[in-house]
Amino acid sequence: MSRYGRHISLKEIGIIGQNKINASKVLVVGAGGLGCPVLQYLVGAGVGNIGIVDFDVVEESNLQRQILFGTSSMGKNKAKMAKEVLLHLNPTINIKAYNEKLTPENSISIIEQYDIVVDATDNFASRYLINDATVVLGKPLVYGAIYKFEGQVTVFNYNNGPSYRCVFPNLPQKGTMANCSEVGVLGVLPGIIGTMQANEVLKIILDIGESLAGKLYCFNALTNQSNTIGIARNEEQIEKVKNRGYDFETLDDSFFCTSSVSEINMENAIAEDIQYIDVRELHEQPRIALNNVLEIPLGELSNQMDTISKDKKIVVFCKSGIRSKQAVSLLKQYDISNCFSLKEGISAFKKRFQKQYK
Amino acid sequence: MKVEIKYFGMLAEITGCSTERFTVVDLKMAGLKKELLKKYPDFANTDFRMAQNKELVTDTTLLTGKEIAVLPPFAGG
Repeated sequence: MSRYGRHISLKEIGIIGQNKINASKVLVVGAGGLGCPVLQYLVGAGVGNIGIVDFDVVEESNLQRQILFGTSSMGKNKAKMAKEVLLHLNPTINIKAYNEKLTPENSISIIEQYDIVVDATDNFASRYLINDATVVLGKPLVYGAIYKFEGQVTVFNYNNGPSYRCVFPNLPQKGTMANCSEVGVLGVLPGIIGTMQANEVLKIILDIGESLAGKLYCFNALTNQSNTIGIARNEEQIEKVKNRGYDFETLDDSFFCTSSVSEINMENAIAEDIQYIDVRELHEQPRIALNNVLEIPLGELSNQMDTISKDKKIVVFCKSGIRSKQAVSLLKQYDISNCFSLKEGISAFKKRFQKQYK
Repeated sequence: MKVEIKYFGMLAEITGCSTERFTVVDLKMAGLKKELLKKYPDFANTDFRMAQNKELVTDTTLLTGKEIAVLPPFAGG
């Protein structure tokens, strides 16, 4: 137990408390900016059983803040990669990596295996799903969220406190919120907020101190100002969620942060061994007459996954770059990770050919 | 009544300031909300909540003018 000696010397923890930590089961949804520090501290602290849910792959632009990953992690699944790194830190922990998206279908079977859930996701659809599932299952939810230089932390469904919907009752309307791919974030901010989430988890396990249940902690990294706002339980909202039960609101993929989709410029998308996929409808013109183009309209893509090579770098294109982003998200769900959405779509090809013939 | 309002996140970007003095006639939170939406139509694009004296409040709460805060939800992680 010398690994946890500095915990055990604290009279508030001691051997009994450390045993509680070692016996606990915590699910971390999202292994990104928030998830990385949460996981690092929970694994260090000896939380015995940890689940990590993330279907995304590590990208270069993640490395500025997602501290479990290095340059060599690029292209690898975040949940699996995080598990690998965390087992180096503490091989005594039982870690399960879920390389999948949390969905209305799988959320109950995953969440019910854990005592505490940490919301470290980057999109509203997941946040509302996690809230509803933890309300129904009666599990404490440690919530953290960030925007540029600001963060929020609280604990939901704990000690008869409020849920996420008691604060923000409804999923924001599609397209009303700035999308995270367009929004920057100070790298250290999720470190601060995620570390606070890990702290809340440990206090719940140990039943010490005062949790943030019923209080929304807001932090501004630029001004160092923090504001703690009281949030009350709203029985009506909680009853609504409980009455819906396992019949969760369906996720709309457009709520998923499109920063999880890798985009590529044409100049980086020219090579013999690249597999292009044209996801436009077959009647859309002009067609691209290259040998390495597969023509699969977006609607057909999930039926034709077995025609796509997992060994090649894949560049997906459409007219303007919107359908191709959806296609890349879909490919990643099928474990095809080395794929990119071509910026500007078909017009990038036009420019390329114009240059060639000049 | 004059109140001081604190803006968070994208709301502070819309207003261009983190705090602002505001004069309201209607003494209910709903009245203040209406004034805010009039001055900043873009507020309608976020599902913001209002707090007074460090507690989340509803539209029917009476304004005391003490520490008003306007909070948007954050999605990022």
